[in-house]
Amino acid sequence: MVDVIDKLESEKMGADNPINVNSYKDRLKTYKGRTFSLVLFLLVCLATLITVVVLGSLVIYIMVKGIPNINAELFAWEYTTENVSMMPAIINTLLMTGLSLLIAVPVGVFSAVYMVEYAKKGSKLVKLISLTTETLSGIPSIIYGLFGYLFFVIALGWKLSFIGGAITLSIMVLPTIMRTTEEALKAVPDSFREGSFGLGAGRLRTIFRIVLPAAVPGILSGIILSIGRIVGETAALLYTTGTQAKVPDSLFDSGSTLSVHMYKLMSEGLYTDQAYATAVVLFGTVILINVLSGFIGKKLQKEYY
Amino acid sequence: MWKIKEKGMQILFMVAASMSILAVAMICLFMFANGIPAIKEIGFFDFIFGKVWSPNQNIYGIFPMIIGSIYITAGAMIVGVPIGLFTAIFLAKFCPKKLYKILKSGVELMAGIPSVVYGFFGLMVIVPIMQSTFGGSGKGILTASVLLGIMILPTIISVSESNIKAVPESYYEGALALGDTHEGAVFRAVLPAAKSGVLAGVILGIGRAIGETMAVIMIAGNQPIVPDSLISGVRTMTSNIVLEMGYATDLHREALIATGVVLFVFILIINVSFSLIKKREA
Repeated sequence: MVDVIDKLESEKMGADNPINVNSYKDRLKTYKGRTFSLVLFLLVCLATLITVVVLGSLVIYIMVKGIPNINAELFAWEYTTENVSMMPAIINTLLMTGLSLLIAVPVGVFSAVYMVEYAKKGSKLVKLISLTTETLSGIPSIIYGLFGYLFFVIALGWKLSFIGGAITLSIMVLPTIMRTTEEALKAVPDSFREGSFGLGAGRLRTIFRIVLPAAVPGILSGIILSIGRIVGETAALLYTTGTQAKVPDSLFDSGSTLSVHMYKLMSEGLYTDQAYATAVVLFGTVILINVLSGFIGKKLQKEYY
Repeated sequence: MWKIKEKGMQILFMVAASMSILAVAMICLFMFANGIPAIKEIGFFDFIFGKVWSPNQNIYGIFPMIIGSIYITAGAMIVGVPIGLFTAIFLAKFCPKKLYKILKSGVELMAGIPSVVYGFFGLMVIVPIMQSTFGGSGKGILTASVLLGIMILPTIISVSESNIKAVPESYYEGALALGDTHEGAVFRAVLPAAKSGVLAGVILGIGRAIGETMAVIMIAGNQPIVPDSLISGVRTMTSNIVLEMGYATDLHREALIATGVVLFVFILIINVSFSLIKKREA
């Protein structure tokens, strides 16, 4: 709107060539005798071009090769070696995501509440918690997988179980949820809290009725990020939940998620076409997640800025 | 009653917050308790510097895997850092506003793509290209470096970009006022000021590259030998664990866990240097 008004005004005044705007011709002129600058400029453009081309070819290649391979058989309810259905894996992915979030979200949100609302800044406990959270976020997924294997499969004797994988993943996404929630809580203006205290509400009521609701979009964006990580995870699940292509009967049964399923298809080497199709479904999920998080990010900006 | 509820919830919040401490403690405990006895049994020196990995003969030397991880990570840096850094500079200082939104969401998309999909792309596209250019199997250090270089791009781009943007505009304006070009101002005034932030992004990228498993396993060849050329196959510490964990028993299994311990130590060192740099910056 503002742009349009500016444009209208500048047209009225007959300012066709505003003096403070460089045309491309002017910019090219500045490179005369400054080869180094020109080289840098070209390098910067080249690097961006490479990034774009790589991403573009990745997306186009997977789509072109994968979409023709998608057929109804791939979505049959039962997996057999003939139809190589990914339906059980899709259901497992949804279950795994739900279960991991069920564990990670309360823990993550509550610990963020403690860090922002209760803890004294700079106390030893706070320092230790931020240090360990940072450590957790730097640990690669294979280490989580090893830990899950050693703890749930071996030490607790659960064998390959769905719940073991879910707990492993919930530890993995915990730092993401904690960090985004902390930031969301910090962004809630102090006047909200003061207002609530002023009306006689206690600390707990203030947190649950005033602060947390205001921080929901931020928390949601953390959850969506976590969903992305859970859906894409393979290494942490291979030896905790296993690779069986069926929906588990109980929490202590094995069952592969979509990424694990895709890895299995690829490592067996027999089902390349189906692997392409699985890649398309994974890709679609990732794009959906990105769109959602972008949408929520926009909502967040509208509310506070 | 009301007071008990308040106090109780406060304790609950604190317990939740302590979960991350518990998790790190448990991970350290289980990794070290299961890995260190094996290292002792094999012998520290033989385990770390032994050049032969042959579970059939009970010889467990992971030197080839350590070297493999280091080579591939270094290669990924050589490929990924320049491209990532220059792209970040483009996004921060050169990009038209309309293009920015598209590019930024593209980078975010790149960060969200699962590593199996990257691995699949590498196997289907990069491996055949390498095969026809250099001969051999096409799987090896070079292939893995290129793919990992691509995979760490989003990390390096987003961290570097936000750090470049955080440099006060006056640095840039000052350089322009002294008669420098746009590029000169960006590279000579803004970039040096964002140095430590960019370095932090690079270290994060190193952490991601050295810990990457599923993509590497498909395109690195996985031979447990010390590589002698850029196109010879390698096995990393991560792929060593995944490849053999399924059927390993006894000392073999413990040796794999010990491989995880060595990787874990590498990661801890990377983490510590990351937080040191972040602290220096603050």
